[in-house]
Amino acid sequence: MTFDSSVVRRDFPVLQRVINGKPLVYLDSANTSQKPDSVITAIDHFLRNSYGPINRSAYLLASEATDAYEGARAKVRKFINAPQVHEIVFTKNATEALNLIARSWGAANLGSGDAVVLTHMEHHANIVPWQMLAAEKGFEIRWIPLTPDGQLDLSDLNTLLDGAKAISFTAMSNVLGTITPVEQIVSAAHRAGAIAIVDACQSVPHMPTDVQAWDADFVAFSSHKMCGPSGIGVLWGRESLLDAMPPFLGGGNMIADVKLEGFKCAELPAKFEAGTPPIVEAVGLGAAVDYLTSLGMESVRAHEVEITAYAMRSLKDRYGERITIHGPTSPACRGATLSIALEGVHPHDVSQILDQENICVRAGHHCAKPLMRILGVTATARASFYLYNTESDADILTDTLVGAFDLFGM
Amino acid sequence: MPGLEDLYREIILDHYRTPRNRGELPPPARMAEGHNPLCGDEIHVYLDVQGDTIVDVKISGQGCSISQSSASMMSAAVKGKDINDVLALVKRFKQMMSIEEENADTTGEIDTSIKLGDLEALQGVVKFPVRIKCATLAWNTLVQALESPER
Repeated sequence: MTFDSSVVRRDFPVLQRVINGKPLVYLDSANTSQKPDSVITAIDHFLRNSYGPINRSAYLLASEATDAYEGARAKVRKFINAPQVHEIVFTKNATEALNLIARSWGAANLGSGDAVVLTHMEHHANIVPWQMLAAEKGFEIRWIPLTPDGQLDLSDLNTLLDGAKAISFTAMSNVLGTITPVEQIVSAAHRAGAIAIVDACQSVPHMPTDVQAWDADFVAFSSHKMCGPSGIGVLWGRESLLDAMPPFLGGGNMIADVKLEGFKCAELPAKFEAGTPPIVEAVGLGAAVDYLTSLGMESVRAHEVEITAYAMRSLKDRYGERITIHGPTSPACRGATLSIALEGVHPHDVSQILDQENICVRAGHHCAKPLMRILGVTATARASFYLYNTESDADILTDTLVGAFDLFGM
Repeated sequence: MPGLEDLYREIILDHYRTPRNRGELPPPARMAEGHNPLCGDEIHVYLDVQGDTIVDVKISGQGCSISQSSASMMSAAVKGKDINDVLALVKRFKQMMSIEEENADTTGEIDTSIKLGDLEALQGVVKFPVRIKCATLAWNTLVQALESPER
């Protein structure tokens, strides 16, 4: 079922770097992922051979570029099993996709007396756009709390959804790794008459995605976390909702006609793609989708469950109570994102010490300050594994943490 | 650990393990809150200023060894000192941290004769550019607190 990650690792040029005689141990994929040869080559080949404008000229390059751009859209549709290709909107990143939903759907549908439900484990990208809009429109934001083991506490879900117009929540926590019960939450939202928005930034790169099985209304994710380039994200939305929404950004490409008196919007998806879009990035994203598909998302998930179990076990066996891994304890219900706390050692110092062995982890609040406050910490050190990480990477992490305890152990 | 001796000097670890002037001061003492938005470090600086003298200083908050030890050393260095001497020390410290003041006209000359004492241990941080903000957080917050009115 799974693959040999040491073979997969060879597909990633940057992971072949040796610094001070030691390999690079990249454990920051929840932040941003590395890129395989095939993505780099696809971008290079496109820029050298077929780059041109899309949707606006008759010459060969323009036609090839348009085909490449739209081809990427078709690949993305298939990858997440969206019903229709014109429901796939390319944005700058997942953050922009979530802002688009808030600014377009939210501004048209939310007002005083309304409510939007969020959770305590959201990334700032799924909090601040709603807070910005709430400040203007005067709607209420309600919060789903967490259980002690870092799951969503859904015991009051129906009460929270009562009278709410939307719920927006993460499919996988970028701090705790928690995989949330998307279908259950979407179904509860629909029963309450609310739409369901899924921030799938952390889940799409790591497991199979089926937006129709989820029955969600909007899904947002980013290319750069799934082996694609930075600078492009994806919004999938139901056609009926996207059609009814006002445009987000105005400009070229998003119009059918412009007169001195006003404008008429283009059809989907151009309606939400003002200006020259991330053409090169779309080609790279398409190649990333091909790469992930060739490995198989079931296999990617199976590998990550294995490596997560191995890393958690190694850390606990070695350090016991001196190390805390936030979030769910079972690898089967979490992603490969391990936020760790070492007794007596601050996360920045942990990451500094790990850097001595070329281990890349993120130390900080992970753009989830409300969650940090709930966990009672200002920061965590987060090691996140992906398809190119091996047991050897986990071993180097476990071994190197000894240095942190030696230096700071009190 | 090899390569990190310049960063984690013994005196830094000592101030981290046993921070000086830890706590809070009640109003009307001045207070400022400093955040390192990149990493989430928080420092609260409380100052009891009488005339031109910092009579008492307390520090609270959370952060890494560099931010917390720098805050601890700073508190020890400014307690009981004249505000003008403290501002000169801030400039001298930032110079050591390789930070050029943005507005040279209003900041005046840096008095290089000022003795940094224990603070010199933080010089090694300069070799780790990402950590410079950790070391200077307490000092920027101190300046904010000096500029704040009594509560």
